[in-house]
Amino acid sequence: MNGMFGQFRGTLFAALLALIFTIAAPSILEFFTIITLTQVIGLSILALSLALIWGYGGILCFGQTAFFGLGAYSYAIAAVNIGGSTGAMFIAVAVAAAFAAVLGYFAFYGKISDVYLAVITLTVSLIMYSLIRRTSGPEYKIGDALLGGFNGTGAPPLNVPGNAGAVLFPEHTFYVAMVALILLYVFCGWLVNTHFGRVCVSIRENEIRAELLGYDTRAYKLGIFTVGAAVAAIGGIFFCIGVTRVTPDVFSLGQASLTIIWVIVGGRGTLAGPVLAAFGLYYLTASLGTQQVVNTSLVLGIILIAFVLLAPRGVVPGIEKLATARRAGRRNRAKERRMRLRKPRGGISEDRHETG
Amino acid sequence: MRRGEVVLETRSLSMHFGGVRAVDRVDFQLWENELRCLIGPNGAGKSTFFKCLTGQLVPTIGDVVIRDIHVAGREPHEVAGLGVGIKTQVPNVFDGLTTRENIWLSCRRWHGARRTDALTSETIERLQLGEFRSRQVGSLSHGQRQWVELGMVVAAQPWLVLLDEPAAGMTHEETDRTAELIREINEDAAMIVVEHDMNFIRRISKKVTLFHEGRILMEGTMDAISKDRRARDVYLGHRA
Ligand SMILES: Nc1ncnc2c1ncn2[C@@H]1O[C@H](COP(=O)(O)OP(=O)(O)OP(=O)(O)O)[C@@H](O)[C@H]1O
Ligand SMILES: [Mg+2]
Repeated sequence: MNGMFGQFRGTLFAALLALIFTIAAPSILEFFTIITLTQVIGLSILALSLALIWGYGGILCFGQTAFFGLGAYSYAIAAVNIGGSTGAMFIAVAVAAAFAAVLGYFAFYGKISDVYLAVITLTVSLIMYSLIRRTSGPEYKIGDALLGGFNGTGAPPLNVPGNAGAVLFPEHTFYVAMVALILLYVFCGWLVNTHFGRVCVSIRENEIRAELLGYDTRAYKLGIFTVGAAVAAIGGIFFCIGVTRVTPDVFSLGQASLTIIWVIVGGRGTLAGPVLAAFGLYYLTASLGTQQVVNTSLVLGIILIAFVLLAPRGVVPGIEKLATARRAGRRNRAKERRMRLRKPRGGISEDRHETG
Repeated sequence: MRRGEVVLETRSLSMHFGGVRAVDRVDFQLWENELRCLIGPNGAGKSTFFKCLTGQLVPTIGDVVIRDIHVAGREPHEVAGLGVGIKTQVPNVFDGLTTRENIWLSCRRWHGARRTDALTSETIERLQLGEFRSRQVGSLSHGQRQWVELGMVVAAQPWLVLLDEPAAGMTHEETDRTAELIREINEDAAMIVVEHDMNFIRRISKKVTLFHEGRILMEGTMDAISKDRRARDVYLGHRA
């Protein structure tokens, strides 16, 4: 379609930049920064998942963390039991996607309104938060894995597929996480430009119209919701691998609202924006955390309010808009110049018209 | 008019909102290739009747049969999936998408990618939407948005077309073109058109159904209806 390949080319370009960063990172960043990056990448994949389902699918899911946390816990538990990371990753994604499919089925086919869906998903995340917090004690275990209550449970590191003994070095784990982020970003960029993706966007714009064109909007919403949950689960996996633990905080209200802030700040309707916002705000809060002058939550709150009031479309769409406005301005000026040049000719043709 | 078979029929169709009987025991028939106009004063129940036909409302009582398929209570996408093109009274378009994308989405429901591209370009040309091709529909005028919506209906090549006030808010010239387009669509499709503009109706339709207080008051040619006393009282009198 017109213009769409242009958009996808932009996605590929951004992916290329990210790839260059990945290759260069070990030589420009400190080792410690590389280690922490893996968890931030996990968070940014969570941001990507909400960018997809809220920004493109129009589904306001306040509790995207439910799938993020479910992915993290499922990975940790499965990896301990299997004794390897590869199969555990697939299990974690499948668990989160299946859970989202069931939850989404009742929500979308039950025609629950957008606001209720937001509340329900958040509630689900918070229920998981308080349930998992109560699992301290040796009796709460799945197979060999202790759930660990509010202390959480250890998340095994990545290993070479098929060889559980060959654990990856932190910088290699960073590579894997970064490649996963890039692939998921390209995948989402591709998805929103497919027929399926365009229908999801049209449902965001006007659900009744999409329905009257003959699209079963419930099925499309369920589809993108489930895909989003799977992406969030992958985020959860890398997050817990980066932290080496998973605690109930992955389900917390703080994490859920932070996810929404990323998307609002980065901009709805873009994929790169929320991902960059996740990175940016992580390092902002990290640097604020080292000082005692201002409260971190207060700063985050101010940023959110500032964005809602001053740049309601978010950073990336704002920049895009500025860029297109400037381009349009240039085009108009060029047009004016051409018009001025053509004027004499216009006069001649008028003369002809009169005589003819 | 070829009187083949009945393509759309309602049987004792009723839609109640609390105590309001917006549609009240309506028996209606539309024949193959027919172009029927629905008229009636504001609040007569025309749009509610339409919504019952398209699955947007589940009728309180009665049934809707489209080509032998019972559709009352079905989802709108199922009705549309039968090959029914629908335009609602309130313009329903994808404001954040371009004209081209709007029409593309309608085509793509029925055709593969390549055929869709060709049909989309064809529709844009046919409706003279070329200059708005890449504009966001939300930035177009009311009349233009109505045209985009008509384009979406046409692009799907439906065999049954339901239009609720297609010419509302249009300029004279746009209205003329709409009448022309409706006659073109009618060459391949049976149609029901809700309208208020009498001259417009005279130009497009042979048979008119007059709604009043949720019921069919009378059916006939526009000339016959405009001569009828009852019709003048409930409708033409209102407008004057
Ligand atoms: N969702 C609803 N809830 C309650 N009452 C409704 C609803 N929809 C329509 N009505 C009522 O049903 C009656 C018929 O309305 P409808 O919109 O079908 O009329 P109409 O013939 O399309 O009028 P207009 O020419 O103004 O479009 C009106 O009295 C209206 O107030
Ligand atoms: Mg109406």
